[in-house]
Amino acid sequence: MSNVFTLLLKREARLLCRRPAELANPLVFFAIVIALFPLAVGPETQLLQTLSPGLIWVAALLAVLLSLDGLFRSDFEDGSLEQWVVSPHPLPLLVLAKVCAHWLFSGLALVLLAPLLALMLGLPGRCVPVLLLSLLLGTPILSLLGAVGAALTVGLKRGGLLLALLILPLYIPVLILGSGAMQAALQGLPAVGQLFWLGSLTALAVTLTPFAIAAGLTISVGE
Amino acid sequence: MTSPFLETQSLACERDWRLLFEHLDLQLLPGQMLQISGPNGSGKTSLLRLLCGLMQPTAGEILLQGQPLHTQRHALARNLLWIGHAAGIKGLLTAEENLLWLSALHVTQDREAIWQALAAVGLRGFEDVPCHTLSAGQQRRVALARLYLPAPPLWILDEPFTALDKHGVAQLERHLASHCEQGGLVILTTHHNLQDKPAGYRELDLGQIAA
Repeated sequence: MSNVFTLLLKREARLLCRRPAELANPLVFFAIVIALFPLAVGPETQLLQTLSPGLIWVAALLAVLLSLDGLFRSDFEDGSLEQWVVSPHPLPLLVLAKVCAHWLFSGLALVLLAPLLALMLGLPGRCVPVLLLSLLLGTPILSLLGAVGAALTVGLKRGGLLLALLILPLYIPVLILGSGAMQAALQGLPAVGQLFWLGSLTALAVTLTPFAIAAGLTISVGE
Repeated sequence: MTSPFLETQSLACERDWRLLFEHLDLQLLPGQMLQISGPNGSGKTSLLRLLCGLMQPTAGEILLQGQPLHTQRHALARNLLWIGHAAGIKGLLTAEENLLWLSALHVTQDREAIWQALAAVGLRGFEDVPCHTLSAGQQRRVALARLYLPAPPLWILDEPFTALDKHGVAQLERHLASHCEQGGLVILTTHHNLQDKPAGYRELDLGQIAA
């Protein structure tokens, strides 16, 4: 069973590497939004510093959302999803592998890019570990929750806007906790509480959303 | 008297408020081949998808080895090989990579077995070519190569002959017939008149039973 998980992970990684433009899109979006802000609000370090937690998190959230619309689209169109649904392997395990691969290549890349962009916003170096940790714990939740919406809207021709409407309310707790952790770090307060909350939400998302994604895909394929 | 492997009881299917068929009773035994024919839009693919458990019937019931299908999902999955109109072939992956993954959904195969299966469908030398560069017929052959790997007994195939050349059609017909003679069960849709019919051949014309 774990064999299928690693095989699917490898297959997805291979597919993503052969379409580098799709990988770069959310990263470029993330970088552009953050690079444009100082130009728009002016180069005042104090102001940018205060804005940076929210700004980085909103940009990361939208970048993840942007990358999720097509998550299952090609698998739906070429019949791969049907093969997964009729296979003897548990569908939640397969979708977890798929989302894992997607997160490794988009979410993790965002996390690695974030410190660089944070320095552009004048975020002090002591806040970088909290920034990294909050994104590391938060982006998997964004990917997993988004995948639920992507699974439900995969059969629709233009599911993009509907996906955003469905998923954004669910993203709000993650956004508040993530930017809250960074705000606390910025003011020199401990951010452990918010990080623990994010961690528990990640654990909850990893265990429960694969079942919701699988159910969504079964509905979409059965239409 | 052996009990039927797959059975439908007054099955009905509705799509977009249009009744495709109703009161469909079928009994399929191992060793049989069922060809489903009928005009376009008569519900051939829908019937196959119902039998695969991908769709839920509007009315009636499907039984697998005498048990309702929805309680037998796992037994069905272990016995079923489904190749739909879109066969799950990724254009960005090579023929070998595609087959490696698709066969792993049942039993993981080694490279040797996959190369042999590709050679059996006439794709020797195309193992490491990305599938989007292959022709439509060659892509169909990649999907059909799954039938030459150790496969589950129940084959449900939607238009397997599409885009194949004459030689490919004849070879696939022979292969399907020999699968039936070895106790397998094949359900397929095609408009094509089969030349090589196994002993257990049956035909179902959905055009005639349409409501």
